[in-house]
Amino acid sequence: MKTALKTLTAGKFLAAASLTASLGFAPSAEAYTVYISNEKDNTISIIDSTTLEVTDTIAVGQRPRGILLTNDGKYLLICASDDDTVQVFDVETKQVVRELPSGPDPELFVLHPSGNPLYIANEDDNLVTVVDIVDNKVLAEIPVGVEPEGMGISPDGKVLVNTSETTNMAHFIDTETNEIFDNLLVDSRPRFAEFNKDGEKLWVTSEIGGTVAVIDAKTRKMITKISFEVPGVQPEAIQPVGLRVTKDGSRAFVALGPSNRVAVINGETHEVEKYLLVGQRVWQLAFTPDEKMLFTSNGVSNDISVIDTEKLRVIKSIGVGRFPWGVAISQE
Amino acid sequence: MTPITNLAKHEGCPSDALAQPGRNFRAKAPHAATLHKLLKALGFFAFLMPMTGGLIPMTAGTAAAESEEVAIAYISQIVERPPKLSNLDIPPEDEGLAGGLLSIKDNNTTGRFMKQAYALKHLEVPADGDVVAAFDALRAEGLQHFVLNVPADALLEMADHAKDEDVLLFNAGARDDRLRRADCRANVLHITPSRAMLADALAQFLAWKRWRNWFLVVGRRDSDARFAEAIRRSAKRFGAKIVAEKNWDYGPDARRTAQAEVPAFTQDADYDVLVVADEIGEFGEYLAYRTWDPRPIAGTQGLTPTTWHRTHEQWGAAQLQSRFLKTNGRFMAPLDYHVWAAIRAIGEGATRTQSTAFADIEGYIRSPDFELAGFKGQKLTFREWNGQLRQPILLTAARALVSTSPQQGFLHERSLLDTMGLDEPESECRFE
Repeated sequence: MKTALKTLTAGKFLAAASLTASLGFAPSAEAYTVYISNEKDNTISIIDSTTLEVTDTIAVGQRPRGILLTNDGKYLLICASDDDTVQVFDVETKQVVRELPSGPDPELFVLHPSGNPLYIANEDDNLVTVVDIVDNKVLAEIPVGVEPEGMGISPDGKVLVNTSETTNMAHFIDTETNEIFDNLLVDSRPRFAEFNKDGEKLWVTSEIGGTVAVIDAKTRKMITKISFEVPGVQPEAIQPVGLRVTKDGSRAFVALGPSNRVAVINGETHEVEKYLLVGQRVWQLAFTPDEKMLFTSNGVSNDISVIDTEKLRVIKSIGVGRFPWGVAISQE
Repeated sequence: MTPITNLAKHEGCPSDALAQPGRNFRAKAPHAATLHKLLKALGFFAFLMPMTGGLIPMTAGTAAAESEEVAIAYISQIVERPPKLSNLDIPPEDEGLAGGLLSIKDNNTTGRFMKQAYALKHLEVPADGDVVAAFDALRAEGLQHFVLNVPADALLEMADHAKDEDVLLFNAGARDDRLRRADCRANVLHITPSRAMLADALAQFLAWKRWRNWFLVVGRRDSDARFAEAIRRSAKRFGAKIVAEKNWDYGPDARRTAQAEVPAFTQDADYDVLVVADEIGEFGEYLAYRTWDPRPIAGTQGLTPTTWHRTHEQWGAAQLQSRFLKTNGRFMAPLDYHVWAAIRAIGEGATRTQSTAFADIEGYIRSPDFELAGFKGQKLTFREWNGQLRQPILLTAARALVSTSPQQGFLHERSLLDTMGLDEPESECRFE
């Protein structure tokens, strides 16, 4: 009820709200658990993917932003940025059980496909910190450009990509040596990096540049640069941040920040197929494992939009805490 | 005559010095004639800071073997200082310079990947010194990128001296509208907003609040008169009315007398907001809570339009604030931000063109491709018709950000940012 009220007030979500009323069920039959970090509330909201309701809200460290689940699904790792730590949250007991040495101001991170180590972007120190999450120790610190943020890792685990927001580069790091072996200039304020599952392509979003770079992951050359145009939306408001590619590479979804849209991009032609109206200042995205639903965190409207990826429609908005930032979804 | 020993030599600033707040590493410049001779005779950079990786001491002419170097000069001359009314806000001695040093550091972090290095040479010229001669001397040394915090007249003289040379000037301090109008120069880019831009930013917010009737209070200085002029222009543009206007003539220090003076001074007017023009802060702080009617204060005090403030944390600004605070032990001031942005613009030029050649850097900065990420939620670009940097303007109270302009609903065919400041049709500026 609270959600409906909120969406009505926001005005823009009338369509989404009425759709919810008419559909009223989730397209995915599987039950997944969705975790949302609420940056300003210092909490994690837990959502049931079948009912699309918030089942729990749990207090964690200060300014939680990037979150991810460990490969065994037992722990949620939380960048508690203002506590300068990564918290290890036990999803069974719903408690923070320990902290990882993360370096200052951790914002985003990525796990090696094998499940260890963890690569953390430390914005304040121009470093990527490599942490063994089993032994709880720092393995390496890799100096990168100014304000490292986006973190992507190739499916074979050999190449780590970090983007630096003020240097405006994608840094290619060899995970064997923990050294940068190549850099590629991209548009202003690169925020997010994601590889295709086949390891062929790399996607990098540029928030201020307003573009998404599609990069040949092998040659590290730009294939194309995607621009966006939404009728009635100021070009300055189109700020690509979070991005997810389907496993088969056929589609990419990009969160466009204060334009309140998620762009659907054809994975082959790289053309924008559709813009979906979601909540305000859409930030990060996550698929359910069956890829039937995509969850978006909407920072300003304090809610989550749920997208039916087959029908390409927003089916529900779910009210969570203040400034929802990160989204992570259990594998089962 | 300033003794030679005052021209301090700083070769490669030790990093621990950077961490010490309040440490003065300015080179005090002597009068021009001496300066010129000195610089020639000694042939060194008064303040040269390569910061590739660690801090490598370096003198002029021994550029790092592997990296191409971009040398940038920062010249400041502060003529009008705020009165020492209180010990609340002590103006930092390295205001501007600290922003420049951080920007050099940022550029050098990027430069590491590009085999490019950046060095800053800083000169501070005393109020009675010849700042133009100092500029000429540095130009004679071969410097081409200048970031300047100098009065408008000096800026114009410098621009004219360098007219036929490959030299680019960044105005970090002069807010005079005329520099963006009839007195514009093709070789000057303005990082600092004009008074017109600041006043428009405020006026848009007051219009949104529907505070349409303004009481304008003007200080006794020329700068106050110019700010008041900008306020009158903005009132007209955004449909506000100046229903009363008075000059503050009670003298400079109102601390003991304001309670008696301000109520009478603001009586007999029917207005929504009191707009004050007191740029150096002689009396404006003493108006709040003392007006005859309970009214908010805006302008140079109260709700203030500015480019940067310690309350600004959105759009990643928290990161720049935190980097600056950690390095300098104080918050970033608007002047620090202007110098930072100018040097970052030069850095973008060198990075994007992968060249340290002046023509390439300048060409990129002036091209439509140029965009600067300046922690304002959208890219910053230059207006090609008068060289002004487009940027969102913060509206802030002392301890909380109130809003950011442009406000929603004010439209422009080119960029919403062009709803603030001197727009092309109203600017007499024409580059040859």
